[in-house]
Amino acid sequence: MPQVFRRILPQVLTLLAVILLVSLVFPGFVQIDFERGRLVGPIIDVLKRGAPVALLAVGMTLVIATRGIDLSVGATMAISGACAAWAISSGYGLIPALAAAIAAGILSGLWNGTLVAVFGIQPIVATLILMTAGRGLAQLITEGRILTFSHDGLAFFGSGTILGLPVPALIWCVAAVLFALLVRRTALGLLIEAIGINRRASTIAGINSRVLLVAVYVASGFCAAWAGIIATADIRGADANNSGLWLELDAILAVVIGGNSLMGGRFSIAASVLGALIIQTIDTGILLAGFPSEFNLVIKATLVIVILVLQSPNLAPHLARALRISRGAPLVGSSAAREAGE
Amino acid sequence: MLLTIRSLTKTFPGTLALDAVDFDLAAGEAHALLGENGAGKSTLIKCLTGAYARDSGNLHLDGAPISPASTLEAQELGIGTVYQEVNLLPNLTVAENLTFGRQPVRFGMIGQRAMRRQAEELLSGYGLDVDVRRDLGSYSVAVQQIVAIARAVALSGKVLILDEPTASLDARETEMLFDVMRKLRDRGLGVVFISHFLDQVYEIADRVTVLRNGKRIVTEETAGLDRLRLIEHMLGRELEAQTAEGAQQPAEPADPSARELHFEGIGRRGKIEPFDLSVGRGEVVGLAGLLGSGRTETAEVLFGVHPAQVGTARAPEGALDLSSPRAAIAAGFGFAPEDRKTDGIVADLSVRENIALALQARRGWSRPLPRAEQNRLADEYIRRLDIRTSDAEKAVGDLSGGNQQKVVLARWLAMNPRFLILDEPTRGIDVGAHAEILRLIEEVTRRDGMSVLVISSELEELVAVADRVIVVRDRSHVAEFTGADIAPDRIMRAIAAPDVAAPDEEAA
Repeated sequence: MPQVFRRILPQVLTLLAVILLVSLVFPGFVQIDFERGRLVGPIIDVLKRGAPVALLAVGMTLVIATRGIDLSVGATMAISGACAAWAISSGYGLIPALAAAIAAGILSGLWNGTLVAVFGIQPIVATLILMTAGRGLAQLITEGRILTFSHDGLAFFGSGTILGLPVPALIWCVAAVLFALLVRRTALGLLIEAIGINRRASTIAGINSRVLLVAVYVASGFCAAWAGIIATADIRGADANNSGLWLELDAILAVVIGGNSLMGGRFSIAASVLGALIIQTIDTGILLAGFPSEFNLVIKATLVIVILVLQSPNLAPHLARALRISRGAPLVGSSAAREAGE
Repeated sequence: MLLTIRSLTKTFPGTLALDAVDFDLAAGEAHALLGENGAGKSTLIKCLTGAYARDSGNLHLDGAPISPASTLEAQELGIGTVYQEVNLLPNLTVAENLTFGRQPVRFGMIGQRAMRRQAEELLSGYGLDVDVRRDLGSYSVAVQQIVAIARAVALSGKVLILDEPTASLDARETEMLFDVMRKLRDRGLGVVFISHFLDQVYEIADRVTVLRNGKRIVTEETAGLDRLRLIEHMLGRELEAQTAEGAQQPAEPADPSARELHFEGIGRRGKIEPFDLSVGRGEVVGLAGLLGSGRTETAEVLFGVHPAQVGTARAPEGALDLSSPRAAIAAGFGFAPEDRKTDGIVADLSVRENIALALQARRGWSRPLPRAEQNRLADEYIRRLDIRTSDAEKAVGDLSGGNQQKVVLARWLAMNPRFLILDEPTRGIDVGAHAEILRLIEEVTRRDGMSVLVISSELEELVAVADRVIVVRDRSHVAEFTGADIAPDRIMRAIAAPDVAAPDEEAA
């Protein structure tokens, strides 16, 4: 799979550069210990904390590949989390609770997909509806308070471990691999890319673009439901106001850092997930580095701008030329610069 | 001459869009520019207004050489353009639109009263009764057109170019626009106007220039120009050569009862009047007509792009569902559309993926076409259709127009359809590829028994390839020619007007 590797190489290099940068201000960043049957350390924390955005990024990648966008995933997380917490605290047991959460995510996706594919509403507007209304729905389910529960089975999805690894990390890994296999081992990936590039021509070629469009929004809702389950399980309560708040923007950012075009077409789920990890590494790194918390957002924004500028296709030729002139100059930024020139 | 263009040449990758075109515009003249799609009309206009950089050729305005590098520069030189879709701002007032960019300023603020006065002055003489303080968007397209013209004339004042100005106007509005054009002409402006409506050309134009395939075919006084001759110029003819070729047509196709596809009363309001059509196995049916006559609409209704509202389709095995492209494909149809960039190719996908696309869509998402099979298909069609590409993995958008067309054809041939609809299959492609595509149509019909519907504005092409030619005019099928009757002059007469059509032809 050398082709796949070449596609995600910039993201891998960026991630390594960010880890390196964080390690400079917090030397213990890459250290991993084994304590009380579980792996601990900042990297493990990144894998766990990054779970919601990584999951959202998987679904968002597919939606963006069709030239759409799904702003409602944060609200969908809140709805799904509320459904799970409500079901478990009403005594329905674990399986019905998970089923309710996932059904809520799929229904959200169907709603979005129908608005986009059947009624032809622009994706940004169509999903904005659920983005704002969704939190209201979640509040109705939780009856306006933080709906807490004490069910170890459900909490396991947020804080449990398997073979020492946090369950949320395992969930997004499995989801990313399954979705990647699903779209690449079948023709789905090609058909999704085709409708993203030219929906009209694809329809004339016989592709059922309407059904496919609905399907990607359902996939996005499904991923958001799992992210909502993790977020709710983690704090043992459903917070309709804050669960998944603004995460849709992080998910879109992850997809963009993953080098996927917002204009649709070619996509890589692996690159998007790497993008999510880059964002989480920055978030965790800033906290660990001990900067005053009021600096956090500014530092994050600065790093994101640097990454995006380095990936900019307009910059690549200039960088390549600059590199040829000053090759060998060991700067912190130069490793990142080289990858942008690839 | 107010404006002279000498041997203007413009190439795009793979096509010669303008081939040493000459064009003259006198002051006080309305000059119509005619030609089918892809003839080079808009390329000529864009080279003239600086939107495109020309490869070679000279432009002179008022005797002085000009070389506008942008539409803005052309405007300052005196060449103003009004496009079919009005390029003004509908959410601003008429006055703001008219004075945009040079509003009267008073104490650093826009002087509303002065602006209004200025706008009213600009509009005086156009016979418009509008309140310049209202939003432009609240007026009809015709009024917007005239406001756009007034603005262009005020800014430029020598040459006015109108690109299909009447396309969305009704008869009364068109008359209003023509009044304005006549007034401007009488004031000494040179007016160039592009239209597909011949009646309008005869009504307003002093002279006509016809372009075809990037070449200037003729420039003549409208008054002395026979309508039939004009259509001949637009559609092309080498009558002598054609009659020779028409004679070597194969004998009549099998009798109509053996025809396998029957369409009865198929139509869609606003697109095409209900028509009957039967197509035999291995038969090539040609569809002739001017742009906008209903020829593309016929194809789109048959393929379910715009599904028919009335009528039935039958095949030997029973009724056919043509309610969507998917349904039509399931019925064994294929369709290579006219505008291959927006409707045909998927530009960022590779040649291989584009060829496999329809096949894959028919198999469904869960049964991917094995990569080896895709490679085999791609290699086979790259060889068979002589697609010029470095390899099968190249993005199809990077190929030239003719090769893109071949990729779309390959997509459908790979499906082995029983009925293939080709809308302008040779539009805008070079001569070599042109001949290959015609040869290919012969091959698939004679050898594989595929039925083909070819839509073309090049009559010689239809005469060469079709067993039967149907003529479309004003959104209905008006005449049909078979066998020895298929001749460019007869087809042309049927296209031109009902009264000159051969009376013995059946009307659909």
